[in-house]
Amino acid sequence: MDNNDKVIQVTNLTKRFGDFTAVDSISFEVGRGEIFGFLGANGAGKTTAMRMLCGLSIPTAGTASVAGYDVGRQAELVKRHIGYMSQKFSLYSELTVKENIALFAGIYGLSRREIKDRSQSLAKSLDLGEEMNMRVGILPMGQQQKLAFSVATIHNPEVVFLDEPTGGVDPVTRRRFWELIYQASAAGTTVFVTTHYMDEAEYCNRVSVMVDGQIKALGSPAELKQTFNAASMDEVFRALARNATRNE
Amino acid sequence: MEIDVKHISKRFGAIKALDDVSLDVAAGEVFGLLGPDGAGKTTLFRILTTLILPDAGSASVCGADVVSQWSRVRAMSGYMPGRFSLYPDLSVEENLNFFASLFGTTVKDNFDVIAPIYNQLAPFRKRRAGKLSGGMKQKLALCCALIHKPAALFLDEPTTGVDAVSRGEFWDILSEIKSSGMPVLVSTPYMDEASRCDRVALIDKGHILTTGTPADIVSRNSMPLFAVKGNDNYSTLLRLRAMPEVAEAYLFGQDIHVYTQPGVNADNLRKSLDGAEVTEVSPGIEDVFIKLMGNGQ
Repeated sequence: MDNNDKVIQVTNLTKRFGDFTAVDSISFEVGRGEIFGFLGANGAGKTTAMRMLCGLSIPTAGTASVAGYDVGRQAELVKRHIGYMSQKFSLYSELTVKENIALFAGIYGLSRREIKDRSQSLAKSLDLGEEMNMRVGILPMGQQQKLAFSVATIHNPEVVFLDEPTGGVDPVTRRRFWELIYQASAAGTTVFVTTHYMDEAEYCNRVSVMVDGQIKALGSPAELKQTFNAASMDEVFRALARNATRNE
Repeated sequence: MEIDVKHISKRFGAIKALDDVSLDVAAGEVFGLLGPDGAGKTTLFRILTTLILPDAGSASVCGADVVSQWSRVRAMSGYMPGRFSLYPDLSVEENLNFFASLFGTTVKDNFDVIAPIYNQLAPFRKRRAGKLSGGMKQKLALCCALIHKPAALFLDEPTTGVDAVSRGEFWDILSEIKSSGMPVLVSTPYMDEASRCDRVALIDKGHILTTGTPADIVSRNSMPLFAVKGNDNYSTLLRLRAMPEVAEAYLFGQDIHVYTQPGVNADNLRKSLDGAEVTEVSPGIEDVFIKLMGNGQ
């Protein structure tokens, strides 16, 4: 993998709040089209690390580049070249599907022409007909999630950050969502995902596990299970997080 | 039965939140209600804890009817709602004292009920509840639900949003609680938590899909199931779906789970997929859920 294929490069990234080190010198790389799972117990520092990678928080020390831009010095460029979706907030439920698409596409600087084209192609790929003019809030959860993902990637970002994307949906809907992620990954989009569902970690190409601000394990689910002599990612996670000293 | 639900239905406008739901929970049993958001789990909890009325059907808690004897049901029930419902500005201790006094008792009188859980909270007893970690909030909420020595315990998604370590600890605590003979009805969207329950009901869109011990549910719904591992699971999945000998294929962690047409075995699949790893596996609760949801559509 040469440097062009490393969409995320993180070296000794650190964030301190006063004398509390939330993120303690983490380093890793994520390749183009890779699905990378970012795991950690509550309070391990995941959210702080992710905020830095999205250009929302300036590192205290260390460096990170995302989609070719430095998260400290080029935060605005980082924001423009990534997509972001979370379960908690993604779409405006009071706006229609069409309005949400136009709003987010507009924010990302797409032209009117492009917005129209993209709306039409999304309507087709997500199988949305009359729903295009309905309020997002009344659509089934599964459809909302797929739409949220499509809107988060409407500007064809090199990398998309998914923060706990699939909480609370049924197993069939969750799998349809993961198929969408696989599809994006096959098309070359890098996917960075956090989740509390350890069975979901098994869908990732590689995962890292954060404990007390540090990355304590990194590898493919199969490698980690072998290293920790565990039957599931749940066991791997517990073996690592059990020793955490931090409690938020 | 300590908790008895018979043919309960509840509608909100055009939405059927619960449609003819029946289940029962025995003394000393942990009964899990497994299903996604919107399945109707919270509606059932709210009916059983007398907060809303059913449109049809009946239910009782330790012999008391949830409609006609609501006040007895309230006194006997411990309820931990899905949303954190303690007072964030009160300390751990203050919350406990408050909930004890609401039920006309004191923390001291019933300390034995919460002792095993409270010991983990004790170092934080002066801390405001709003400043606790997710796992600690959950333990405090459980203490507040138990402090009046209830006869039945209702826990609505107690482990949602909590990390895997705290989730494991929480289930260990529930095993201890049920050994006192208390019936426990608990809901969860995590399929893997079925194994921690004595019996479970799979619920989706207001319907109970099936009820039983996790082992029974799996064996009743058993069909030959194959796990396929390709170099690239997404392209392997698309390929499997295009094959006539495949009835159904879906992602399952690092594998793809496949139901075949009758008479197709692992060797046939291996041959058609030139060299992919194919093993026959026994289905889990999640496979059953997917299958039953599919049949309902």
